[in-house]
Amino acid sequence: MIAFILRRALLAIPTLIFISFIAFVIIQLPPGDYITAYAAELRHQGEYITEAQEAAMRAQYGLNDPLVVQYWRWISNIVLHGDFGYSLQWNAPVSSLIWDRLAITLAISTLSLVFTWIIAIPVGVYSATRQYSVLDYVFTVFGFLGKGIPDFLLALILLWISFVYLNLNVGGLFSPQFQSAPWSVAKVIDLLQHIWIPLVVLATGGAAGLIRVMRANMLDELGKPYVETAYAQGLSESRVVWSYPVRVALNPFISTVGWALPALFSGDIITAVVLNLPTTGPLLLQALKMQDMYLAGSFILVLSVFTVIGTLISDILLAWFDPRIRYA
Amino acid sequence: MTDQTLPAAAPQSAARQEDLYTAKPWQLVWRRFTKHTLAVISLWFLGIIIVAAIFADMVAPYDPFEVQRLRTLAPPTGIHLFHEGQFVGPFVYGLKRERDPETARVHFEDDLEKVLPIQLFYAGDDYNFFGLFKSNIHLFGIDDRRNQINLIGTDDLGRDVFSRLMHGARVSLSAGLVGVAFAFVLGLTLGSISGYFGGWIDSSIQRLMEFIRSIPTIPLWMGLAAALPIAWDPLFVYVLITLILALIGWTHLARVVRGQFFAIRNEDYVLAARLAGASEYRIITKHMLPSMTSYIIAALTLAVPDMILGETALSFLGLGLRPPVVSWGVLLQDAQNLRSISMAPWLLAPGAAVVLTVLAFNFLGDGLRDAADPYGQ
Repeated sequence: MIAFILRRALLAIPTLIFISFIAFVIIQLPPGDYITAYAAELRHQGEYITEAQEAAMRAQYGLNDPLVVQYWRWISNIVLHGDFGYSLQWNAPVSSLIWDRLAITLAISTLSLVFTWIIAIPVGVYSATRQYSVLDYVFTVFGFLGKGIPDFLLALILLWISFVYLNLNVGGLFSPQFQSAPWSVAKVIDLLQHIWIPLVVLATGGAAGLIRVMRANMLDELGKPYVETAYAQGLSESRVVWSYPVRVALNPFISTVGWALPALFSGDIITAVVLNLPTTGPLLLQALKMQDMYLAGSFILVLSVFTVIGTLISDILLAWFDPRIRYA
Repeated sequence: MTDQTLPAAAPQSAARQEDLYTAKPWQLVWRRFTKHTLAVISLWFLGIIIVAAIFADMVAPYDPFEVQRLRTLAPPTGIHLFHEGQFVGPFVYGLKRERDPETARVHFEDDLEKVLPIQLFYAGDDYNFFGLFKSNIHLFGIDDRRNQINLIGTDDLGRDVFSRLMHGARVSLSAGLVGVAFAFVLGLTLGSISGYFGGWIDSSIQRLMEFIRSIPTIPLWMGLAAALPIAWDPLFVYVLITLILALIGWTHLARVVRGQFFAIRNEDYVLAARLAGASEYRIITKHMLPSMTSYIIAALTLAVPDMILGETALSFLGLGLRPPVVSWGVLLQDAQNLRSISMAPWLLAPGAAVVLTVLAFNFLGDGLRDAADPYGQ
């Protein structure tokens, strides 16, 4: 088991190096650089900077060096000093900008993953054990709808419904008066009033797919002889279902935790832009548009690292859960 | 099932069985497919919407870019059949523009005096059909210069949302199909190489696929899409966007192809072909690929919705296609904030179009996959 974990962890390292390089190359891809975007912004506001000033700024930020040199400077600072560089747009160190938002993103993603499972597992089991019942059809329709509706559209519709019919303005995570207030009971209640929309949006998207998976897995398992044996031994239905086939049917769930994480981050980004959440999404979008490369690169890097770690965890969980994989 | 039929029905069922034995594989697939009602309905729906998208100039009653300053955010025009208790056939009422004396807000009301019958094949605005020929025939329209028929209202510049939706369908659907075509080439090539040769080639391609899958999709799309300069030609940007979608979308297809190759690599007929001296290229393309055509078609169909959703999401964020190109994602940009959708909920209509199309592709893909499965019922 330890050898397995070590092997998987070692494999993750080259992946991480590769990802960090790709992240850096992607943000360097656009023609021009931050200074170009900055100068355009200034011109837009009616000010201007001279060519010489632009050149000086480029030299100051080291934007004239070759790509590999810039990459090395960026990555070595991250690894050796934990320094993610400087956001040119915000005029602040990247690390002071991203961690709060990453924490909220991670919290929302984890919460919605938990919600997804809480919805998907019982519903999937029910749909399989009561196949072709009315509720099974209802869940099937729900599953397909959840798959077809893009996250941001669902967010928009929920916003609209809660605004028009419930008279709630639910954008953001807090009402304006609680934005910078210290934590209190009232603030937590306010948070709960706002957080349900992103959770519902993210959870339905994920749950829709997982219900189908769970249902299909359960149907495969329920027909197997060991289930019949368990029934023949006189075990109650709930005991039979929950102790044996569900355990096997959960395998694909565990192996997709790693993929659920990037999907949640992805879904979160657009949802967050629509709902105006203080997560990574809006800031990343802004950074990409402004070519604020250290900020954007750090975001993509950190999100990818989370993903790789998520995949690693799910591999380990799977091996722990299913001996057939451990010894394969 | 046929064993227990009544004697009178026996000759007929025997004929049916013979028919079953002599049917070609495609006929069997088609028969199984037609039993899948939802998939058949989806096929019809997609067929209609694709035809409508191709002939968007004709189906749309108005020019999608024509600004009407006096008809901004007009609600959908209701279609009526009876005027004052009398049957007149499908018609619409004219629209009166009024201003609320207190709030000074503009609102529209039906002008019950004015009955405007809907005409089929109405000669309206000129258009140039793909640069092939000029015409002014529209599927429907009303003969009045001051009024319009807006099936799903107008946007904040007074442009007809229905016309824009139809033109957007052209871009969004073709982006999905072109993206899938790119993904198809990539997935098929790499998947078949990976599955056929195995060994280190397979494992390195597998690592590459795992790597691509392990990056959060949207940030990657966003990063790549943000790299496209705004000043480029919209058509070129469109091709690049589909390419970006395909760069990430091919992995799923490659997995299907690889799995199939593994399954049939050791079949006798492949060995026979090899012994007969066929080249590897010939074995792959002539002997192995045809056996999995149906799977590939099903996988392709299931890949289209992802592409459409990706394009919509990117354009919605302002990173994909940009106005003046009209796509469903671009149209949804108008519905981005609460104020506009609470005033004009019909601006969400492109979203409904996306959902319906995506669902239809999903059902169609599921139906095809079930029909192509030789072990299915």
